[in-house]
Amino acid sequence: MSNANVQANLSNLARYQNNFLREVEERVEEGHMVKMCMQCGVCAGSCPFGPDWEHSPQKIFMMIRAGKREEVLGSDSMFMCTSCYNCIVRCPRELPITHIMHGLANYAHRLGLAPKGQPTRVFATMFWNNLTKKGRVNELTLTLGLYFKDGLVSGIKTALGMQSIGLAMLLAKRLNPMEIFGGHGVKDLKGFHAIVAKAKEIEDRKKGFTA
Amino acid sequence: MTASIATSQAILVVGGGISGMTAALEAAECGKQVILAEKTPTLGGRTALLYRYFPKMCHPTCGLEINLRRLKGNRNVRTMTMTEVLAVSGRRGDYTVTLKVSPRYVTENCTGCGDCAAAVSAEIDNPYQYGLAKTRAAYLPHAMAYPQRYVIDPSIIGTAQGEKAKAACKFGAVDLEMKAETVEIKVGAVIWATGWKPYDAAKIQPYGYDRFANVITSLEFERLADPHGPTAGKILRPSDGKEAKNIAFIQCAGSRDENHLRHCSRICCMASLKQTQYVREAWGDAGKSTVYYIDMRAIDRFEDFYQMVQKDATVSFVKSKVAKIVEDKDSNPVLHGVDTEGYHRYATTHDLVVLAVGMEPEANGIKLPDDMLLDSSGFIEGCKGAIGDEGMFGAGAASSPLDVNRSVQSATAAALRAITVIHKTARTEQV
Repeated sequence: MSNANVQANLSNLARYQNNFLREVEERVEEGHMVKMCMQCGVCAGSCPFGPDWEHSPQKIFMMIRAGKREEVLGSDSMFMCTSCYNCIVRCPRELPITHIMHGLANYAHRLGLAPKGQPTRVFATMFWNNLTKKGRVNELTLTLGLYFKDGLVSGIKTALGMQSIGLAMLLAKRLNPMEIFGGHGVKDLKGFHAIVAKAKEIEDRKKGFTA
Repeated sequence: MTASIATSQAILVVGGGISGMTAALEAAECGKQVILAEKTPTLGGRTALLYRYFPKMCHPTCGLEINLRRLKGNRNVRTMTMTEVLAVSGRRGDYTVTLKVSPRYVTENCTGCGDCAAAVSAEIDNPYQYGLAKTRAAYLPHAMAYPQRYVIDPSIIGTAQGEKAKAACKFGAVDLEMKAETVEIKVGAVIWATGWKPYDAAKIQPYGYDRFANVITSLEFERLADPHGPTAGKILRPSDGKEAKNIAFIQCAGSRDENHLRHCSRICCMASLKQTQYVREAWGDAGKSTVYYIDMRAIDRFEDFYQMVQKDATVSFVKSKVAKIVEDKDSNPVLHGVDTEGYHRYATTHDLVVLAVGMEPEANGIKLPDDMLLDSSGFIEGCKGAIGDEGMFGAGAASSPLDVNRSVQSATAAALRAITVIHKTARTEQV
């Protein structure tokens, strides 16, 4: 057999190598448990989302095993999970399904493959950036940011719709309008930032990301 | 120094179901003295409560009758019903066993005429119908009961009902003064054939066994199909007595589930396949069975039975573990889940749901001697000590989830091991 033929035969085999499952096992939080799924379907049937999302956990796990990398990491299903934990409680093989879904969401986000504009992803990013700026969540800027995430017009509409609640909160001293100017932070802001940076460094090292 | 360690050459068999009867008979027919202790008032165990066996679809009465005939014809077996083991001490060849014999309130004089039952009006849940029916408080357990002797339920002792039963007996067989006794026996080997029990289906909360009348267990379904059962063999659903023609079977109800029983109970797939044929027998082409499964496990050489059922047009299979059951306004159970073959979401209405409940060792509810070795589900693996040094053995469904056929094989093996113990310890050996 010629050398070229050997190479051709080998490259034909490449598509059978299920690297994506291995990738998930190594790099996604709790990913090593995916192979324990026996496809009984109880998670999919127990999920309160019912038919309202494209890929149930059962389906996602099968897709991982089938090597459907783009479809899995581009799916918005992981971001739809409300963390009700019904699937974890019911799973006959004790897969930490909720955690795997969060792990996949995080992984897809880090790789930049997660769907753009997915509301949960947008909000989670906004929340994290808001939180890490001062070490406290600035509720006013977070809320306003959320209102205006789809543009000026829809933002103004939402804000007007919510104005009675905003006023009531103002009167009840639950909302400080001065927070719009940056807001207050934690005592040792520099120390806090160092902690977050260190945590990110450790996580990157563990998961093999170059920041 | 050499000495004989055997103080008794008898074998104790605990449990009088199909495994215990087999182990006792095999040992007895080899000439060994056997004491067969059974907790309930009759031999036969759960096997006697089945309608048919798989794969030959014959009736358990047949196999039981053969064993009962062997038993009646053998002088080496001493059968003790209503007897429980309280304690075991000693070692291989030299065990001392404490037995508790509960009062039956009926003596050997009983002819089985049934006059006591006719005289008594008080009723109890019939344990031989899995609570689907009532029976008089003076009763014969079932048609195949051995011994064929009535039992008086303790609930009517000291009442006028008890006196009525006594007065009705023409043979003076009712003894209301009977007391529980404790007996101590010496045996050389012990076979634990304590059997199994159905997993408590109410613990599988999403299936609503405790909430929905038309969700029953596979054991209860055996009684519904049996002519000796509460409906005289008609498959009628519990809520309204309507003919149940569209029946769902849910596999792995409790089994293969870390939240319930972690083991595969092994028999339930075959049992449900068998039960689909009860539906066919009852309703012909008008019957409809749907089996919801994770994967079908037609154990051993039963694949041909599975293929036979697959060809049956009245039976369909859905690859899915049902997520939950709800009830519609007419008490019809509606099954919700996702089908693994295509990920279709379904909500399917049936007349009746049969949960193929898992097998749990009966011994999970009783105290075994400390030196017994159990697996993570409670099945008996053997007893502690060096290999070849054991004097106690598990047999049948007490040792593993087994069907009748394999229970009998397991029991025969246990009998041989027990006989070996007797032979070895009866001779002098180095001590």
